[in-house]
Amino acid sequence: MKAKFHWLILCALVTASGCSSLGVKPWERETLAREDMLMDADALDLAFDEHIYFSKEASSGGQGFAGGGCGCN
Amino acid sequence: MQLKKKRIASLLSAATCSLLCSPVQATEGEWDVDSAILFYAEDNDRVEAVEPVISAKKDLGDDESVSFKLVLDSLTGASATGAVPSTMVQTFTRPSGNGTYTVNPNETPLDDTFKDTRVAYSMNWEKPIDRNNRRNLGFNVSKEYDFTSISGNAMWQHDTNQKNTTYSYGINIELDDIDPVGNVPEPLTDMLAQDKGSGSDTRNVFDLLFGVTQVIDRTSLFQVNLSLSEADGYMTDPYKFVSVVDSVTGEPIQQLFENRPDSRSRQSLYGKYKKTLANKDIFTASYRYMTDDWGVDSNTFDFTYRFKLNSGYFIQPHLRYYDQSEADFYHYFLVDGTGVPSDASADYRLGEMEATTVGVKFGREYDEQHSWSVRLEQYVQTGDESPSEAFGQLAQQDLYPDVEATLVQFNYSFKW
Repeated sequence: MKAKFHWLILCALVTASGCSSLGVKPWERETLAREDMLMDADALDLAFDEHIYFSKEASSGGQGFAGGGCGCN
Repeated sequence: MQLKKKRIASLLSAATCSLLCSPVQATEGEWDVDSAILFYAEDNDRVEAVEPVISAKKDLGDDESVSFKLVLDSLTGASATGAVPSTMVQTFTRPSGNGTYTVNPNETPLDDTFKDTRVAYSMNWEKPIDRNNRRNLGFNVSKEYDFTSISGNAMWQHDTNQKNTTYSYGINIELDDIDPVGNVPEPLTDMLAQDKGSGSDTRNVFDLLFGVTQVIDRTSLFQVNLSLSEADGYMTDPYKFVSVVDSVTGEPIQQLFENRPDSRSRQSLYGKYKKTLANKDIFTASYRYMTDDWGVDSNTFDFTYRFKLNSGYFIQPHLRYYDQSEADFYHYFLVDGTGVPSDASADYRLGEMEATTVGVKFGREYDEQHSWSVRLEQYVQTGDESPSEAFGQLAQQDLYPDVEATLVQFNYSFKW
């Protein structure tokens, strides 16, 4: 499983490093600037979900920090 | 001529960026307020929760903002203790050590004394350092009857490639104090002996996060995060048991307080992709792989699709799939005469399982000023009910009952 994790990191780095040619000009951001296109749009939903799954499963974090601040698990 | 064109492009770039680049939506001096209430209920009289939350963010100008969040969490119901069912009536001592409760034959032992109220408060302060760098400082405190948590975090974000690429570097430190009802039980001792040690114990969690957010084109972007988490201290659930069963009949003859390792290292890789389609619908997909030194590996897939309807209405189906392997020290039960391992837990949350969430959210965005939505979701968690190691009466029991939960949530957001 550790090997799988290292492969995933490598793939992510390769993908990220190949991104320098991607992107848009500042005046092409109309759609991206919309509130519902933010990566943390629906923030309260994400927080509720993180709390529920933290209390029911053995994994947490990913988009944010893994610490739960909750005695439920 | 070439120089003039470049200068015009540069001016256009600066002017447009000042209008569109910042994700902060509030107007200076205005509060962005998000409020919600969540109703969560598990089947078979297990956990029920009501959780109101209010969050407010104030734009201080020049991309600087402060935000505050207050959460109340009221929990009641019963939760699985980890003990196995029996063909006979079982009697358990309550966590306080005072009084008992009984469990009927062939029923999963549930502790029905579960009742708690949690209050959590957090605040964040985001401030630009210069044109391409900003930092975010956060503070969280959470208090429930038997648990107190304080944490602080710092995030630095660096924009490059005309703000199409953002690198994020984050650190989080969490200090927890666990103060169980009836004190901390001595690990792997008999429930009947009620051998309790100190009144409380502590746990520290240290997180690091490295992320890249990349704009792909005018309508799509993706994010990749690598997270490392180190926890040290009391990781055991003081209210959970592991049954020791008779080696022939499979009947439980003893209930031991569980014990988990006092450290845990977790690593996760998270990816998220978001795209607006030609008809303004929004598709979001994410994946998380997590692995830790407890032997738990998990995969999480999450998809939403927001259909944009007329007059600001939208409807958003949601699908989530999760699976995990069991922790190295997870046991459905221990067999009498085979020895007791140094760490053992029968907490279903550390067992091999999969879970599916299906939901839908419906709402309306009136204008820039306010919006409302309602969300309905169903969560189902399943594991191996009849593991191959079950024998005797255990072979007839459901050793991993499904958890089914329904959640309903109302949101209302407005500017003030």
